[in-house]
Amino acid sequence: MDALDLARWQFGITTVYHFLFVPITIGMSLLVAGMQTAWVRTGKEHHLRATRFWGKLFLINFAIGVVTGLVQEFQFGMNWSDYSRFVGDVFGAPLAIEGLLAFFLESTFLGLWIFGWDRLPKKMHLATIWLAGLGTVLSAYFILAANSWMQHPVGYTIDAATGRAELTDIGRVLTQNTTLVTFAHTITACFVTAGAVLLAVSAWHLRRGNQTEVFRPGLKLGAWVVLVAGLGTMISGDLQARIMTEQQPMKMAAAEALYTTSQPASFSVFTIGSLDGSSEIASMRVPNLLSFLATGSPDGRVEGIDDLQAAYEQKYGEGSYQPYVPVTYWGFRFMIGFGGLAMLVALAALWFTRRGRTPGNRWLWLAAIASVGMPLAANSFGWIFTEMGRQPWAVFGLFTTADSVSPSVSTGEAATSLIVLTVLYGVLAVIEVGLFVKYARRGYVEPAEQTDRTLAFAY
Amino acid sequence: MELTTVWFALIALLWAGYFLLEGFDFGVGILLPVLGRGDRERRLLINTIGPVWDGNEVWLIVAGGATFAAFPEWYATLFSGFYLPLLLILVALIVRGVAFEYRGKRDGARWKKRWDIAIVVGSVLPAVLWGVAFGNIVRGIELDANHEYVGGFADLLNPYGLLGGLTTLTLFTLHGAVFLALKTGGEMRVRAGRLAARLAPPAVAVAAAFLLWTVLAHPDLAGGILAAAAAVALIGATLFLRVRREGWAFLATGATLVLAVFALFVTLFPTVMPSSLADANSLTTTNASSSHYTLTVMTWVAVFFTPVVLLYQGWTYWVFRKRLTIERIPA
Repeated sequence: MDALDLARWQFGITTVYHFLFVPITIGMSLLVAGMQTAWVRTGKEHHLRATRFWGKLFLINFAIGVVTGLVQEFQFGMNWSDYSRFVGDVFGAPLAIEGLLAFFLESTFLGLWIFGWDRLPKKMHLATIWLAGLGTVLSAYFILAANSWMQHPVGYTIDAATGRAELTDIGRVLTQNTTLVTFAHTITACFVTAGAVLLAVSAWHLRRGNQTEVFRPGLKLGAWVVLVAGLGTMISGDLQARIMTEQQPMKMAAAEALYTTSQPASFSVFTIGSLDGSSEIASMRVPNLLSFLATGSPDGRVEGIDDLQAAYEQKYGEGSYQPYVPVTYWGFRFMIGFGGLAMLVALAALWFTRRGRTPGNRWLWLAAIASVGMPLAANSFGWIFTEMGRQPWAVFGLFTTADSVSPSVSTGEAATSLIVLTVLYGVLAVIEVGLFVKYARRGYVEPAEQTDRTLAFAY
Repeated sequence: MELTTVWFALIALLWAGYFLLEGFDFGVGILLPVLGRGDRERRLLINTIGPVWDGNEVWLIVAGGATFAAFPEWYATLFSGFYLPLLLILVALIVRGVAFEYRGKRDGARWKKRWDIAIVVGSVLPAVLWGVAFGNIVRGIELDANHEYVGGFADLLNPYGLLGGLTTLTLFTLHGAVFLALKTGGEMRVRAGRLAARLAPPAVAVAAAFLLWTVLAHPDLAGGILAAAAAVALIGATLFLRVRREGWAFLATGATLVLAVFALFVTLFPTVMPSSLADANSLTTTNASSSHYTLTVMTWVAVFFTPVVLLYQGWTYWVFRKRLTIERIPA
């Protein structure tokens, strides 16, 4: 492996890892804010218990999301300095705005929320969690605007003297359809993820008959959030697929391993055999579905990899312009599959617990508990698909990943940081999961009589 | 004023804010085993920065983001050039942040002990390395014609850079001790104040040596005046500590950090990364900057939102203005 491969592995590992925690943070901050609102409005004690119980889990998760975010902000410069030079004028702006508008808001008001339980008036304390939640959503918006520009660069010009991209229209970067649809898809996915956390943890307790006043509503809320937000990911994902077909047809072709242009195009649910177009042993196909996904019409024309490759060679010169197809093909299916599975489990959970029922079937409970992993898998595969599907480009059509890497960073340095961060992240994962499980299983605990309510919640 | 100058000043301000705020967080972390005897006292110390450390760290993220947006070349050269020190800083900040949050989440002496070590190491390392980094920026590093760093990690550990590291370490530690004297009550307040008073004279010596070296090696009138002002503020802190005026002492150590950062930036200006190989290889506010359009957009964003951020962050300190005492920490 050379420095480029190592830097790519590091970016992949650190980013996928970071995004295990981020969706839980975004979704749960707002769900917890909702619970606290219910408490402030109704004064019912079980809402307060829910707020404090889920709030604690949210905080355990939040810590890792924050600290791993530091790596994200730094590694563009550390490992991808030529990328930073090329895009800084455009890409840096949303990043800086994210820091100023979102990170300050999120961190400051979360600190106030954690330590402000008995120091702030009730309503003001409620406002702090909403503002922290707003911060997480704003942060998602700005970083996705930056990412969307890599998928579909707009509002820029290439400077003739330096050969670098320069911003000409910040409004277009922030409001282009790629940004808006990606934001919708990501935020709904965050809610699916947080909903599954509620669903899974509640199922664990309900199965044992623990604290049903907190966990029955928790299960219902979690399942409904997974269903409704899941529907949102389907709708936004559908729109996104059509936009992607227009803007990055190669990615859509690679999602299906479609080598020759087809009209109509079928969608394979799975394929056995290699995905290089040469030796397909068996596949299960749904006629016209790919045409529909890609274009919105069952008879739409979908470009194939080989034809796109030929066209890109004409446009950009010699070289391979196809992503690594097995990753895009399976990434796309696993994203959809795991997301759909979470929705099915949520639907089943609602059905079997309807009108106060508590089912005895062990497998149902296990499925509900396992549902926490499904959106996490879907999120990861979704990002792996969309980022790997853009290769060989870092900025589509403008700048390749190979050109992006830092020239001054040696293979040894890149390997050191890859190993150090991977090991560190691994250790932190074990600790985090251990704590999360501990506090999830413990259920809600009343703070002891004399204990400061704030300190029971904080450190 | 040129927008590039405005952004250079803003980035200086962000670093000054970062040193001012996370400086005392680092100090508290460093002093955890010194002032914190037993778990309850250590919890007391950590709780003084509990509500604010995360917000303080955002100053660093925004400084990084603002450099990326306003001076992409600077961001690219700095972050790729200082690869290993930045990796160490990242690792330190990660374990330290997690340690604050997770330390109290399990009982057991070993669990807490390990996180305490993480807090101390995670505070000492960045406190030293930021000084080393800034020392080397001012001193100049080996940049080739493409603005790429061609030196190694060991080249950064030169005497001037190391003195810079020692300076930030002592200043942050002192700043943290003064902060603790200001934020705690009872016995801890007295002990922190006493420790601060003992730390102050050596801090004056180290910082004065570093600033003097800076002024002699890079003569610059405004930079020299700021450096002198930083030294005066630090001497002032020493005096305030003698008469146990913690609030004034904190303002003085804070002013020292801010003025020292400004002194370094003013000394650099208009260069942002001097090359020790050839002047033509140096990065300046002009050749490292973004386009006029980007700087204009960013200026509007900064003009509108920076005051808002300062207001609510200031409000946080107001909300948590009370001194913490050991009695509030459950046994």
